[in-house]
Formats: sequence, structure tokens, C-alpha cells
Amino acid sequence: MTGHHHGPPDVPGVAIAPPEAVKAPEVSSLKLLATLAIAGAAAGLLVVAVYRATLPTIEKYQAAKVEGAVREVLKAPARWDTLYLQQGALTKSPTSGDDRKGLPTAYLGFDGSGKPLGAAVTAQEPGFQEEVLLMIGFEPSSGTLIGFKVLEEKETPGLGDKIERDTSFGSQFPGRIAPLKGVKARNATDPSQVQTITGATISSRAVIRIINHAVEKWQPLLTAYEKGGTK
Amino acid sequence: MTNVVAPPPAVVSVPAAVLDFVPGAPPPATIWADTWRGIAAENPVLVQMLGMCPTMAVTNVLANGIAMGVATMFVLVGSGLFVSLFRKYIAHEVRITSYILIIATFVTLADLLLAASFPEISKALGPFIPLIVANCLLLGRAEAFAAKVGPVRAVADGMGMGIGFTLSLMAMSAIRELLGRGSLLGIDILGPHWEPWVFMVLPPGGFFTLGLLLLTAGWIDQMKRRRRVAVAR
Repeated sequence: MTGHHHGPPDVPGVAIAPPEAVKAPEVSSLKLLATLAIAGAAAGLLVVAVYRATLPTIEKYQAAKVEGAVREVLKAPARWDTLYLQQGALTKSPTSGDDRKGLPTAYLGFDGSGKPLGAAVTAQEPGFQEEVLLMIGFEPSSGTLIGFKVLEEKETPGLGDKIERDTSFGSQFPGRIAPLKGVKARNATDPSQVQTITGATISSRAVIRIINHAVEKWQPLLTAYEKGGTK
Repeated sequence: MTNVVAPPPAVVSVPAAVLDFVPGAPPPATIWADTWRGIAAENPVLVQMLGMCPTMAVTNVLANGIAMGVATMFVLVGSGLFVSLFRKYIAHEVRITSYILIIATFVTLADLLLAASFPEISKALGPFIPLIVANCLLLGRAEAFAAKVGPVRAVADGMGMGIGFTLSLMAMSAIRELLGRGSLLGIDILGPHWEPWVFMVLPPGGFFTLGLLLLTAGWIDQMKRRRRVAVAR
């Protein structure tokens, strides 16, 4: 080693570092801190700037996705009201102070003459691999399904993901009455029976379970809201 | 030190090729050579075997493979540029922290930009875009290359490595989607009578495809070596 007064710092990996790094004088901790602080602040500013710039686009996309799903599961309503669940009851205008986005939401659809068509709600429960998120459209008074749409799933490709891709599975649901029952029989005749997909029994049953739970949870709330709304 | 290879005139071609793999400062090279290295001779997936996690996890369909490759390329180029620009100001003691900070910033930007421009792909890739920060390819290029050369070379290397990574992921995901779904980019190719090989889009198909690609890359490499030896004789 060359005749340094302090001796070089004992840093691992110094052997393969370029010679300039070995000769460099010891840097004070304060300078190291300052370097990292400045770099961190610059990085933070950049991330915040891009976050703010992209946020409207991301939110717009999410809103459009919900809108499309509501349209689909309620079979093209003329308009709909967004209802928020607050303190055990549904309301069109939640009291301020609560974050609207955090509240459970239902969408009440109407046809052109103002007649209620049904309600769309989202529900999420475990499927075969991860949570399955559905948008479910149903008629609150009778529990008759209008349709459902898979918003998110990570089921096995080619098997479990048929809950989203297999139209002959999804097309069974409109007109069926909750609570539903999954059957393997080829001809499901009972209005509450749904034929499960071969090779995707668990995923099919997950869909049925999610729908049943959602109807069970939202049916009394929506019925109470519709009664109160006529006042 | 390493770049004084001039004096002996004749049989220098073999040591010069070996010098590319010497750790420490990379020998001088043209921008084209810096770019080409990542695409072929030191392809991240097929030669360096880096970034295996995204290579396995997201290559089930072609669109995901392309998006992952391009996002990684964006981070490679951006972090390479900044690591190189600030290489004289980053103290040796905090260099890894600083590189990770720079990489993490670009990964976050890539994640946000992807979510804003291609939401469906962003959702399909899920946590694997944020996980680019843990891809050793990025820290590897920052430490081994970008921190030791000027910004132009660093960007060229980032481009090359990014293109090499993207091409490998595209090859993986194209094979897997074609056989596993019968389609490419979601467009049906093999027709309704094709019974999909479901296992190709599942994890075993990833290992299988990677093995086949590595075998092919090995064969090509071997053929080239033989030809080189034959020419030397």
C-alpha cells in the first residue's frame, strides 16, 4: 500500500474498484448524508410530479371501466344513481367528512321512463388462486339476476379463467334467482341452478358464492332504500 | 492498463475478445458495439441468465412479454444515464444506495406511465413492474458499466441490454402464447381446432420454453466458435 496517513478505508469490494476510488480521500459522513438527501429529494419530486400528471388518466380509466361494467350487467340502463353505504343505510349523498371513494357503492339503474331496472354492486372473494372481483346486476325485490361481469381474476389460465371467457357459463345467469346452486348436471332446469364448468369447479363455485353473498348483503339494503325513496 | 493491446501485431484477436469479460472498467468500444453486446454476446437472459424471475412469471402471453421488456429497457436506459451523469459525485461508500434510488425512481415512473397508457397490461403484470427494482440486471449494469463510462456509452449499453431482454421475453412469450392459447397478441392464429397446450401458459411451460431457448442459443454459440476456429486455421 502507498504511504497514506490514515490508511485506506476498509471497504469490501475495494480490490476490484478502479484505482481512483482507492486513492480517493475519506469522505465525511455529512457529505454522504447530503448526497443521499439531495438525490432522495430530487427522486421524490420527480415521482410526485409524474404521479400527479398521470393520476387523472388513471382515474378516468377506472371510472370508465366501472361505467362500462354497470352498463353491461344492467343491460344498458338509460341512467343510474350511485348509492353509498353509510351507517348501515344507502344514501345518494353521503355526509361530508367521509371519503366517498372508500364507501361501498351500489348503482341503481333506471330505464327511459324512470322505472327501476335493478342494481349493480361489486363483490370480491377468494377464488381458486386469488381474489375474484365481480360486478353483479340483479333485481333487488325478487333476487333475479340480470348478469355479472368479472372485473378481476387470476384463476388458472385455460381452466379457471373460463369464468370470464366461457360465454356458455356466463349466459346461464340472467333470469336465475339467488341463492344459486352449482350443479354438474347437463340440464339445469331449476331457476336457482347453474351448471359449473368442467375442470373449473372451484372457480365456478366461487362465482356462485360471491353472487349469493352479494345478493344476501345488498338485497335488504336496496329494498329499504327503494321503500324510503318513494316518500 | 487493459487498453494497451496494440504492440504485438498478429495473433491478438483472441485475447481482445476475452478482454470484454474482464471486470473493472470496460475497454473502449464504439456505440454500436456497446449496444450490440447486450443484444447478442451478453444477452441478459440467454447468456448472463439475469432477470429470470420476470422471464418466468410474465411471459405467458406476448403482450405481457413486450410490456415487461420495454418497461425494463426504459429503466435500464434512464438509470444508466443518471448513474453515468452523476458517477463523479456519488461517493464510493453510498454508491449502491444511490444506484438503487435512481433505479427505484425510474421503476416508479415506468409503473405510473404504464398504468396511465396501457391499463390492461399494467393490471396483468401486477406487482412485477415494481419488482423490476429487484432485477439484478439493473444494479449489475449500473455497477459494472454505467458507473465507469460516459453517458452516451451508458445509454447505448442500456438500450442494448433492454433490446436483448425484450427480444428474449418476446421469444419466450410468443412460443408460450402460440402453443398455450393458439393466439398471438390475442389474435387467433392456429384456429378453432387447435387444442391449447394449457401447461405452456402455466409455470412448467416457462421452464420448458426457457430450456429450449437456452439450448438453441448454446447451439448457435457453439457453431460460431467452430467456424471461428476453422477460419483461424
